Amino acid sequence: MALARTYSVALIGITGHVVEVEADIANGLPAMIMVGLPDTALREARDRIRAAIVNSGEKWPPHKITVGLSPASLPKRGSWFDLSIAVGILAAAGQVPRAALDGAMFFGELGLDGRLRPVRGVLPAVAAAAERGFRRVMVAEANAAEAALVPDVQVVAASTLAAALDWLCGTPGLRGGRPAAECKGRDLLGEILPDGPDTSDQAVPASSRRGLPGTAAPVTAAAPDLAELLGQSLARRGAEVCAAGGHHLSLLGPPGAGKTMLAERIPTILPKLDRAAALEVTSIHSVAGTLPEQVPLLTDPPFLAPHHTATKAAIVGGGSGIIRPGSASLAHRGVLFLDEAPEFARDVLDALRQPLEAGEVVVARSGVTARFPARFTLILAANPCPCARAAGPAEGCSCSPAMRRRYLGRISGPLLDRVDVKIELEPVGRTELLNDRNFAESSRAVALRVLQARERAAHRLRGTPWRLNAEVPGSELRRTWPPAPGSLRVVERSLERGQISARGVVKVIRVAWTVADLAGRPRPTRDDCAMALGLWLGVRR
Amino acid sequence: MRAKDVLGKSGEQAAAEYLEASGLRILDRNWRCADGEIDIVAVERHALVVCEVKSRSGMRYGSPLEAVSRAKRARLRRLAILWLNAHGVRFDQVRIDVVGLVYEGTGGFTIEHIRGVG
Repeated sequence: MALARTYSVALIGITGHVVEVEADIANGLPAMIMVGLPDTALREARDRIRAAIVNSGEKWPPHKITVGLSPASLPKRGSWFDLSIAVGILAAAGQVPRAALDGAMFFGELGLDGRLRPVRGVLPAVAAAAERGFRRVMVAEANAAEAALVPDVQVVAASTLAAALDWLCGTPGLRGGRPAAECKGRDLLGEILPDGPDTSDQAVPASSRRGLPGTAAPVTAAAPDLAELLGQSLARRGAEVCAAGGHHLSLLGPPGAGKTMLAERIPTILPKLDRAAALEVTSIHSVAGTLPEQVPLLTDPPFLAPHHTATKAAIVGGGSGIIRPGSASLAHRGVLFLDEAPEFARDVLDALRQPLEAGEVVVARSGVTARFPARFTLILAANPCPCARAAGPAEGCSCSPAMRRRYLGRISGPLLDRVDVKIELEPVGRTELLNDRNFAESSRAVALRVLQARERAAHRLRGTPWRLNAEVPGSELRRTWPPAPGSLRVVERSLERGQISARGVVKVIRVAWTVADLAGRPRPTRDDCAMALGLWLGVRR
Repeated sequence: MRAKDVLGKSGEQAAAEYLEASGLRILDRNWRCADGEIDIVAVERHALVVCEVKSRSGMRYGSPLEAVSRAKRARLRRLAILWLNAHGVRFDQVRIDVVGLVYEGTGGFTIEHIRGVG
């Protein structure tokens, strides 16, 4: 009798696939059949949609309705096809003009009363829609700001199905309720984000930039600062190198030495995310449902500190039904901090090896493979022994060397081999605390240096897919950017002595480049390489 | 007779008239056996049509067509076979139809005839 087509997007990981929703109304006993691999939540849409349509004052077509979701082989999950199915059915029944559906996408879950509820993952979905040439999307009001982040797409925000239908029929206010409105994205991206890394206001540390224009700024009075970490100059230096080059860091030291304090202050010296990275990070958090509602764009590098009881699925992603990103992906372009690293389950730690290597997490399921980007800076913190009293000879730690070895052995060798900077923190004495007061730099000063080092690296790496020293593959590094001749001698000697593996040499060269970038030198010198080697081996004072 | 039975009776009469007007030849009405009742048995070309008539006084409880459930259709299929056996006849095709009627006041019905429902 009648057929209508609408479009929506199915998300696999953070990749959107355009789904065609066909609604066919044929003669037959009244029934609604849904085909195309729907999951339980989607199958339940049948009853939700019917109630929503009837309660919006529309007629439910008393015929045989077939709704097909194609591509049929792609598993579709969740409730967010509700709006597209409802509009499709009403268009097939002739209650909505078909012309209004051209080039439009619909996302939203319907309440039984016809309310349009927000869904997760709108940003990557709208981005996928825009990529495929769709120029108009209709979403729930609560999702509008997020959808408006995507440029060149007209976003229509509706509070109810009735408002959505009014908008499509061009009869605002006819069915009652707040009329749907086009959401002009305050150009969040242009307003607060630079295109590339060459803008001057980036030097302000991330912590003092939390408040965005036009929003209630959270109190930043007690923002943590790197200068508070007194007496740990080497650790501060290591943190700076890691922030500048994206290198992974491990912190070993007794309780109270400042491991957690240092890790928590690393976000304050990281530069803000640039446009592409911010969209990427926001997409991941959108799928996870962890976006702030008012300003749905994350511009600060994320900092994730999962508890050590976290499961493998919580860290690398997974979960039943809809595949959700784990902490490793949520920390993309930011910091993943594993406090008390030896307390984590061994398989959890080892599961991190793949994202550390590949920069992404791949979760395979029957029928689908979800990919989540996971290019994070790993920070491990550990006590040197299980009793955690090894602060000094006076403290009376009774752990035997074997116990200590076993404790730290829980962090597997292959994982530790991927950590570029290893810092051992010593307990701080009174004189050091007082003395260091004059030398400790504020986060602001360090952030500026980090930013400049990153700009230098980005300039050198322009035209390549990499932006940070830590991302450059070893082969490319040795061919295109070798350190100054002769400066690697100390590293080579270490290799001959078996202190360091061939992979270790590459890691040392990467860190050496970052040290040189921080100092503003065009190439790593012998000192830079020695410094990098020291950081890699973990200097024992 | 209760009001709903009056409605059903007049609905069946209206349905029979409607079917005859659309070219079906009615063979039997209200045929009963131990398993149930067939409202109308008719012939259209070479097909035997077993027809269920459903009348409603309004749309408050949904369309009358919706009231013909899967179980009811299965019973109609069973009854069709019983009717054929009881009369010892054969047809090329056997079909189940549903006629839905909604009372519109002043003795009139809106009639919807769905062919081949199962």
